[in-house]
Amino acid sequence: MTSGAGNRFGRAVLPVLAVVATLLSVWYVAVVPMNVKEVLTQAEREGAVVVPPSAAERRDSGRWSLVFANSHLLGASWSMDRSRLPAPHQVARELWASTWVEETTGRRGIVRSGSLSNRSLVYHGGVTLGATVLGFVIGSVMGVLLAVGIVYNRAMDLSVMPWAIISQTIPIVALAPMIIVVLYSVGLSGLVAKAAISAYLSFFPVAVGMVKGLRSPDAMQLDLLRTYSAGKAQSFWKLRLPASVPYLFASLKIAIAASLVGAIVGELPVQRGGLGARMLGGSYYGQTEQIWAALIVAAVMAAGLVWLIGWIERRTLKAMGAQP
Amino acid sequence: MKQLREAMGAWLALVVYLPLFVLIAVLSLAWAEEQGAAILIWVAVLAFVGWQFVDTLAGWSDVPTAARVVAPFALGAVVLIGWEVIVRALDVPSVILPPPSQITGTFLSNMPTLWADFVQTILKGAMSGYVVGCLLAFGVAILVDRYDFLRRGLLPVGNFMAALPIVGTAPILVMWFGFDWQSKAAVVVVMVFFPMLVNIVAGLADTSAMQRDLMRTYSASYWQTLMTLRLPAALPFVFNGLKVSATLALIGAIVAEFFGSPTVGLGFRINASLGQLALDMVWSVIVVAALAGSLLYGFLTVLERWLTFWHPSQRR
Repeated sequence: MTSGAGNRFGRAVLPVLAVVATLLSVWYVAVVPMNVKEVLTQAEREGAVVVPPSAAERRDSGRWSLVFANSHLLGASWSMDRSRLPAPHQVARELWASTWVEETTGRRGIVRSGSLSNRSLVYHGGVTLGATVLGFVIGSVMGVLLAVGIVYNRAMDLSVMPWAIISQTIPIVALAPMIIVVLYSVGLSGLVAKAAISAYLSFFPVAVGMVKGLRSPDAMQLDLLRTYSAGKAQSFWKLRLPASVPYLFASLKIAIAASLVGAIVGELPVQRGGLGARMLGGSYYGQTEQIWAALIVAAVMAAGLVWLIGWIERRTLKAMGAQP
Repeated sequence: MKQLREAMGAWLALVVYLPLFVLIAVLSLAWAEEQGAAILIWVAVLAFVGWQFVDTLAGWSDVPTAARVVAPFALGAVVLIGWEVIVRALDVPSVILPPPSQITGTFLSNMPTLWADFVQTILKGAMSGYVVGCLLAFGVAILVDRYDFLRRGLLPVGNFMAALPIVGTAPILVMWFGFDWQSKAAVVVVMVFFPMLVNIVAGLADTSAMQRDLMRTYSASYWQTLMTLRLPAALPFVFNGLKVSATLALIGAIVAEFFGSPTVGLGFRINASLGQLALDMVWSVIVVAALAGSLLYGFLTVLERWLTFWHPSQRR
């Protein structure tokens, strides 16, 4: 029993931990050369002797040579404000400060004002999550409906399917700013406009995956239903739809990730909250920690959403009696 | 009897529906302005006739491929003509939706600008990053393949990263590498790396024990086995990854320009034209991006057919 658990730890968890630890240590080391110029400028201002004394010389020299020439001055590398590359613990602190601390102690936080603070990542994450989920639901439902139409109507199959495939090869996300601005000018703004982009991005993967799934029953199974003299509706509900479930979930996972990207990109042109707005704001004002924190929230959200769909998938397949 | 019905169907399609379709299209284009809201009925009739045309053509078993070729064009024609006449009849302002004719005009008269944007974003930004990212993924995939520890460690991380909104790294990379195409290439490298890695590793695992044993009986070295057996066997997976990454590369290069760019590039042009409410220009840029995406995809498909002719999915 214990040896099984230990074996699993050694084979599955340990290598992942090793890779993550390596990435983190590379990050910590990389902080030094990435920030060296700003660190040296600050040290010079505080009166320390920096090796190439003029700022112009430092600008033209390599980062590593500066690091080796001034190795005693580099203690501030991991605690710079507005650094080019913040250290992991700085990002973690920013994350903590802009979620828990802002909400519990901030003037606009939920504890003191009763509503979520517009400076906190909880609020911005919620804005993005709302648009993502709404767009995902709309896009998926439309995608499934289109797939049913394609499978049951020959003319639709011949005319729509090639466009659905081509549409996956073009960068649809380039449409996002225009959709936002156009919907804004006709009076639709915020959630609906972003959800429209998310829906559009999640629509095609679901449609294509679902067509594949609805067509996955082989000729023998369809023939069997025909010998039972099953109608079109019966063969849909009892054979095609159950057979398409694994395909549906595989494409739902792609769709929710695409939907999140759509919501984030949709927040770029109109700065009204959301993770995309935080990223763009951070890049305008050089607040790198803010960008990294928003990025991590987006990553956690993506992982959580994909995991949630995977969990529903496992439950559904189990309830349908599929073998694991 | 069946043949007769089919022949009738083909006759119906070619002699009745096709001329009717063309007639309605021409009439609605000519009189769009006078129609007002009634144009919606015209478009509905056009769509219905087009649908009947495709449906009867598809039932004609002598030339099943004809319907396959004609049908997408019929739908495209319905959408474009419907768009054009509805915008003209209902007087939709061009800051909301410009008609296709205006977009075509803008596209043709701004060819030099659009070409410069294409070179900046697609050729310099997306393609250089795409090549570097794919080669990098290939190198790491070989390492992952050789060392089991790396496989167990890197693959879960890679699978996790492949699902993340990596486009969010764009503001950081733009800050590091400057506004020019180098930062866009960097975003593309990060975006295509993980999907490629996951696909190549899956592809390298796609040989049977019997095939590998055969190579061992030939006393083939690791590299000989890789080059003559496992890499060719991995090609379908590699091409799958290449196709997915091609779209991602274009998305990365365009979106990265929203975070800062020189005054040239597709993403810059979209943002700048939106600021002037020149939506016909935005649509022209989207046409360029769509053409680039489809061309790249088509090129990869041809290459795949040429290199993986042995695979069941390519046989005819």
